[in-house]
Amino acid sequence: MYGSKVKLRIFFVLLILVVLSLSVFLILKSLEDNVVYFKSPTEIKTLGEIEKNKIRIGGMVKKNSIFVEEKKLKFIVTDFKNEINVTYSGVIPNLFAEGKGVVAEGYLKDRNVFLATKILAKHDENYMPPEVKAAIEEK
Amino acid sequence: MFKYFEPNKIFSITSKAPKYVLLLFIIVISIGLTEALILSPEDYKQSHSARIMYVHVPAAWICLGIFSMITFLSTIGYIFKIRNLFLISKSLAPSGFVFNIIALVTGSIWGKPTWGTWWAWDARITSMLILALFYLLYLIAWRIYDNDKAFKITSIISILGIINVPIIKYSVDWWNTLHQPASINILSKSSIHISMMYPLFIMTAAFALFSLLIFLMKYNTELIKIKNKGLDRL
Repeated sequence: MYGSKVKLRIFFVLLILVVLSLSVFLILKSLEDNVVYFKSPTEIKTLGEIEKNKIRIGGMVKKNSIFVEEKKLKFIVTDFKNEINVTYSGVIPNLFAEGKGVVAEGYLKDRNVFLATKILAKHDENYMPPEVKAAIEEK
Repeated sequence: MFKYFEPNKIFSITSKAPKYVLLLFIIVISIGLTEALILSPEDYKQSHSARIMYVHVPAAWICLGIFSMITFLSTIGYIFKIRNLFLISKSLAPSGFVFNIIALVTGSIWGKPTWGTWWAWDARITSMLILALFYLLYLIAWRIYDNDKAFKITSIISILGIINVPIIKYSVDWWNTLHQPASINILSKSSIHISMMYPLFIMTAAFALFSLLIFLMKYNTELIKIKNKGLDRL
């Protein structure tokens, strides 16, 4: 079989991997707040204090919730448990639509109102031709 | 000590292979591009911009695959002191790095019309950038150090970098990210229509062949370098 040096090197590599994965795991765990790109409405509701800094919230644009009022776009972001009202004026991405994912960057006015300074559309993982989509909707 | 191998024997095979690989690559990429750009349907929501996926996703797969291969070969090479495996790893790295950059750039081009931004510091995108930096570290280490020292340092870099690979894979499941979760799943149902899956796989095969071609050319150069030093074995 192999010499003791080889066994030692195998042990060395395994040990590096264990130490490394543990440290990376702990670092990411403690930085979770910064690793997540956006918070859901439920997370906003359960926030201890209202965040003063710029944050991102994300979820689905509630159906029939988009309307324009005095050049301001208003809509509701939902995660199907909690909702938050978003006010925004500016450029919106093409894929921004009702019933689709959205990420809004901006400031919390209070627990229910979010003043967005930037809006990003979040695309989902579904890819299909238009005919298939039409067929699914007919069902 | 490191084990020796005979470059001449290997060279007699690898020096002939590139032209066949090139031919095969041209055939597969022609089929792949025809499928991806003309025959495949447009997406119901993104319409034609979804076609960027046929370059973006295979490029990301290949760069992840190559990094995993580099780590695997370097680790085995390090444990059993096999020189040849380090040369193979070294020759694999450039195409992996190039595909990593392609994945980042095409993602950015797709992100602007879809998300509304060129770049987002979300977990998936950031971890892919870190992988590109690891590739860069790995490639630079080969330039700075020579022989036995380079073997050790590059294997350490690849082992450090491999921790990032599962993070890239699961980043979209573990955290809220702007990047969407995987559309193709091995264990559960895929959320991409079959007509869009075929071009994706053909393009992946084409990119894999391209990597193989670049690998062979680079590997042959390494073997010639050894021969020029007047050594018939390394």
